[in-house]
Amino acid sequence: MLEIRGLAAAIDDKPILRGIDLTVPSGEVHAIMGPNGSGKSTLAYVLAGRDDYAVTAGTVTFGGADLLTMAPEQRAAAGVFLAFQAPIELPGVGNANFLRTALNAQRRARGEDELDAVQFLKLARAETKRLQMPDDMLKRNVNVGFSGGEKKRNEVLQMALLRPKLAILDETDSGLDIDALRIVANGVNDLRGPEFSALVITHHQRLLDYLVPTRVHVLAGGRILRSGGPELAHELEARGYADIVAEAA
Amino acid sequence: MTVPAETGVAGFLARYAALRERLPGDRAIRDAAAEAFRAAGLPGRRDEAWKYTDLRLVASAAFDEPVSVADDSALLASVPSIDAPRIVFVDGRYRPELSALPAAFDVDSFADAPDFGTLARPDREPLVALNTMLATDGAVLSVAEGVDGGTVQLVSIATKASRPIAFHLRHAIRLARGARLTLLEIAVGEGSYLSNPVTEVHVAADAVLTHVRLQDESRTAFHLSTLYAEIAEHGTYDSFALNLGARVARTEVHARLAGPHSITHLNGAQLLAGQQHADFTTVVRHDAPHGTSRQTVKNVLAGRSRGVFQGRIEVARAAQKTDGYQMNQALLLSPDAEIDCKPELEIFADDVKCSHGATVGELDAEQLFYLRSRGIPDPAAREILVRAFLAEALDAVVHGAARALLESSVEAWWERQAA
Repeated sequence: MLEIRGLAAAIDDKPILRGIDLTVPSGEVHAIMGPNGSGKSTLAYVLAGRDDYAVTAGTVTFGGADLLTMAPEQRAAAGVFLAFQAPIELPGVGNANFLRTALNAQRRARGEDELDAVQFLKLARAETKRLQMPDDMLKRNVNVGFSGGEKKRNEVLQMALLRPKLAILDETDSGLDIDALRIVANGVNDLRGPEFSALVITHHQRLLDYLVPTRVHVLAGGRILRSGGPELAHELEARGYADIVAEAA
Repeated sequence: MTVPAETGVAGFLARYAALRERLPGDRAIRDAAAEAFRAAGLPGRRDEAWKYTDLRLVASAAFDEPVSVADDSALLASVPSIDAPRIVFVDGRYRPELSALPAAFDVDSFADAPDFGTLARPDREPLVALNTMLATDGAVLSVAEGVDGGTVQLVSIATKASRPIAFHLRHAIRLARGARLTLLEIAVGEGSYLSNPVTEVHVAADAVLTHVRLQDESRTAFHLSTLYAEIAEHGTYDSFALNLGARVARTEVHARLAGPHSITHLNGAQLLAGQQHADFTTVVRHDAPHGTSRQTVKNVLAGRSRGVFQGRIEVARAAQKTDGYQMNQALLLSPDAEIDCKPELEIFADDVKCSHGATVGELDAEQLFYLRSRGIPDPAAREILVRAFLAEALDAVVHGAARALLESSVEAWWERQAA
């Protein structure tokens, strides 16, 4: 369970998050929607531990542990996964090697046995097939020369292999065609269960047709202005954010 | 005869005085070199070309003549190698019993037929003068017209001696029209010594020389190499130098694109730690039209190490349509590491494309965060990014076995850092 209380964060002394309260119980998928510049990506980065954001107030606990004091790699080992809005290219780093190093680092941190190259490749090939990714995706350098859609799918592949307890998807649907969207949504749906929760940041209701959220939250101006059930996403799609933002002002 | 314990220039000149009568080859050339060396001395900061590299450690050391060692076939066991013919020198002496000569072309010995070549400039480069004065051995490789010489290894091994030694190998590589050769040059050793090799390369029309160099000398050694290359019409001199070893190293290359449509690549990588200093200095001279020169040199600097890159591209008036590119990149892994970078362009032709660039920095923060967000701890994430930086540099080496050898040398370097 993720519990965010009064979270405020700034970059270069400019406040972005102004007091977020949000609880995501295990087993639930929560969507965060909101206009551009509302702080959605900042929230994702702060949860993943990017250190160019300064947390100025509030607490975040995950599974009872204080998330904000943990290094990014500790958060990952504890089960937090961020699917990047703009996945980073790593020239000179092979995708398979990257994935195996990450998986084994997490397994080691949790006291589990590491996978050897053969065990890993078997697992990775099964997942690439399931996500309908080309075979050479594992051989290529991480995200180098990948199309926008391939990069997003590569994030989902990482998520599928790392099996997080909390997946944060930062606009993973942007730039995807309808087929890719379905694949990505299915990738998340396959992980759903009592131990898994997700925070899905999106601009569009479309993803939520395939990945049906338990709750939907509207984030604007660094605060959550309204929360509701899946129907809220439809309302936003029809009416936009203006009313909600005006109401709150 | 007592060994003179004099240091620096005086020591080398005393050595020459003692050996002069017995040294092979044209005595006038050696005398002229000795005079040039006496006049210039060891280069120092007053010399523009040596502004960033200090040879005081060399100047203050006394070097003995290498003593001939007994047959020791175990010597090769610890030397990186590939499955190819090899020409092996130990402490500056050719060792036939350790060598396996190629069948495809001629290999002669400098000791038997001293050939000082036509490109070396002892009057300009003091270390070349030192070499010309004292060189006793080296390999002369001649690949005949149209012949593919395959791959050959040129190996220098320094053995641990009770006192520092110095040796000055003198190599010549000659490719006749349309000939091909891949030369894998390996320099390793133990203990304290000065290796001061001079190599002359002639690439005739349509010939291709691929030169892959691994310098992994002892951490207490000095490795100061000078190479001159001349490339004729449609010829290619493609080189890559990996510098891992030595206390003080200098890789100096003078490449002249003498014929139209000639090509040279002077790529390299330097991995330094501790107190190491490595200097990569090149002069590319475009004397003919439609020449291409490419150069990417990557440095990874840890500890208090210091890397130097000096790259000069000269384009003569006649060398229209020259295409020159030069890039120096450095990753500084410690606040005490340092890189000095001096690119120079001197262009007298008006229709050329020449560019150079340099990047100096730390690891990319976004890449580092991406790796850590996947659970990879900070030190391991940093290592992945440094290795990636180097892997990209090694992409310039297309010869599979040579590349694998360089990769395993880099791997061994990492293990030494971790130890």
